[in-house]
Amino acid sequence: MSGIPHDHYEPKSNGEKWLHRRLPIVGLLSDTLLIPTPKNLNWMWIWGIVLTFCLALQIITGIVLAMHYTPHVDNAFASVEHIMRNVNGGHMLRYMHQNGASLFFIAVYAHIFRGLYYGSYKAPREVTWIIGMLIYLLMMGTAFMGYVLPWGQMSFWGATVITGLFGAIPFVGESLQTLLLGGPAVDNATLNRFFSLHYLFPFIIAGLVIVHIWAFHTTGNNNPTGVEVRRGSKEEAQKDTLPFWPYFVIKDLFALAVILAVFFAVVGFMPNYLGHPDNYIEANPLATPAHIVPEWYFLPFYAILRAFTSDVWVVIIAETLTGGIIDAKFFGVLAMFGSIAIMALAPWLDTSSVRSGRYRPMFKWWFWLLVVDFFVLMWLGAMPAEEPYATFSLIASAYWFAYFLVILPLLGVIEKPLPQPATIEEDFNAHYPSKADGGSASVKPAE
Amino acid sequence: MNMIKRLTVSAALILGLGTSGAMAAGAYDTHIEDFDFSFEGPFGSYDVNQLQRGLQIYTEICSACHGLKFVPIRTLADEGGPQLPDEQVIEYAKQFEVFDPEIDDFREAVPTDHFPASGLENAPDLSLMAKKRAGFHGPYGLGINQFVKGIGGPEYIASLLTGYTGEEKEQAGVTFYENTAFPGGWIAMAPPLYGEDVEFADGHENDLHHLSADLSAFLMWTAEPKMMARKQAGFAGVIFLTLLSVLLYLTNKRLWASVKNKE
Repeated sequence: MSGIPHDHYEPKSNGEKWLHRRLPIVGLLSDTLLIPTPKNLNWMWIWGIVLTFCLALQIITGIVLAMHYTPHVDNAFASVEHIMRNVNGGHMLRYMHQNGASLFFIAVYAHIFRGLYYGSYKAPREVTWIIGMLIYLLMMGTAFMGYVLPWGQMSFWGATVITGLFGAIPFVGESLQTLLLGGPAVDNATLNRFFSLHYLFPFIIAGLVIVHIWAFHTTGNNNPTGVEVRRGSKEEAQKDTLPFWPYFVIKDLFALAVILAVFFAVVGFMPNYLGHPDNYIEANPLATPAHIVPEWYFLPFYAILRAFTSDVWVVIIAETLTGGIIDAKFFGVLAMFGSIAIMALAPWLDTSSVRSGRYRPMFKWWFWLLVVDFFVLMWLGAMPAEEPYATFSLIASAYWFAYFLVILPLLGVIEKPLPQPATIEEDFNAHYPSKADGGSASVKPAE
Repeated sequence: MNMIKRLTVSAALILGLGTSGAMAAGAYDTHIEDFDFSFEGPFGSYDVNQLQRGLQIYTEICSACHGLKFVPIRTLADEGGPQLPDEQVIEYAKQFEVFDPEIDDFREAVPTDHFPASGLENAPDLSLMAKKRAGFHGPYGLGINQFVKGIGGPEYIASLLTGYTGEEKEQAGVTFYENTAFPGGWIAMAPPLYGEDVEFADGHENDLHHLSADLSAFLMWTAEPKMMARKQAGFAGVIFLTLLSVLLYLTNKRLWASVKNKE
């Protein structure tokens, strides 16, 4: 499948040959599993397996939970309590599903920032990157709708606030919001369609995951040096790569087991840590909670949404220029979706010819500042909308956009990159000097 | 080793993320006393005698106004709960009247029925009270200390029961009582416990502090009846996965040895 030369599956027995002529599925699976993978991948390349595991975990626990859940405003909350109290192992299923969503997002953020640092989004992997962003968007939609299903106070008010965002879109907003809610307000129709879509989206994600894998199996994996695998001959390629099975499967499974040990400690000993206590209060349309806070994984974007208030000069300019069509509320919505859309455009905004951040001395600083910015935004998203948090939010949001719109394009022009290793083999040997060389390879600077 | 360090760092980061709930609820200036409950921390478990005392307090005092509508009466016999004998549960159920839509009338409750809902209109249901109020948010609003102390739900309840100052005020015809644990400081519920309100068969201490703690422990059980099973599953999971990690680590090391240490 990939452009890297390697041995392909050859059917041996008569049975295999019979099947292969009719459906080359064993060959497809074998080529996928044995794909030549850069041998210098570090521990930030484990998140793909973690994410695949999360998707499977969420689908399996979710299917069983759906067997016992009732999507009706009168029964939803009680049916979740029924799962917690009466269903065999129901409390574990639900806590794993609930915390599984958090693990999913931890992994996806690590995966995305990995891609941003090592330039995995750059040519020729733009399509992989964009499909990844689509998966991320669908994940957010799925998680948001899933959070509504227990029909607690945060479910209800979170749904009210977030669907209200669509109402801010000029001209079509109101109809769109009504369509989304199935009526004028969050009610039974909303709960029903959210349940239906919450069940559907993971399967679309699964489909996109296959396309995501297909795309990067076509281009080959990126790696910490950003240097491409040599493709001149099979022998050359073999010096840079190892087959995915068993080398990376075992490595990834080890990482997964460690992560799951932590995950089980959270599920077993503090399952409600990442949740909000208010969601154990049944939804009440007549009582608004003191603070409506989204789940932690939405907080950075929630902070961006709230940052652009009507007294900010860009908002005032936008409002004046468009004759009021883009008001503060709509501007916030545009900023929030824009902050994600702009990540998808990174392949074209980054002008540097060097892929990996490891060889970009200036880029490194800006990148880590972006990571800090992300956590600051997360913190701000949990704070009440008042000073000084409002000003901080504005600065942090501005940096998010500046990173992609100003810094990435400029750095490519002004930055003088460090020398990169000529091959992946050279990088690998620098880390693991062969015994014959007596370790001198690690001191030798890469040309 | 380097990798283990990194994973520890990421695990610390992961834990640091859960600030949303903890931070949002921390705005009130209330006092939550840190009671010492037997079920705190990964090794903690419910004290069956305490749960039974709590059940007695709930039945004799709280149930006059407050319901436990999500709790099936039969679960009083469950492992990891008050563990009443089956005959006692049947007898216990008989004191409640429940509406049965099949006969379109009220009848005596049986163990498969739930506890009744709140009798007083604005008295909240207590089934989940210990999970919907968080008493602890520290350190630094990160809430990580709930790993050893819990979220502070039962502490909130106990602090509320012991937090009456004796001050009263009337507003729009309703009497409010000053309480140091209640958000806003004034609560509509009159002090439900004064101490020695309940006599225990075994003569266990029944001052206000003990009664509050016993009731709070019982309400933690109504909110999280499967806590013991959950912690057990957690242990099995952590131990199994740790072993698996070690085995996979060794496998991985051996697998890569020939690649990393070329002769």
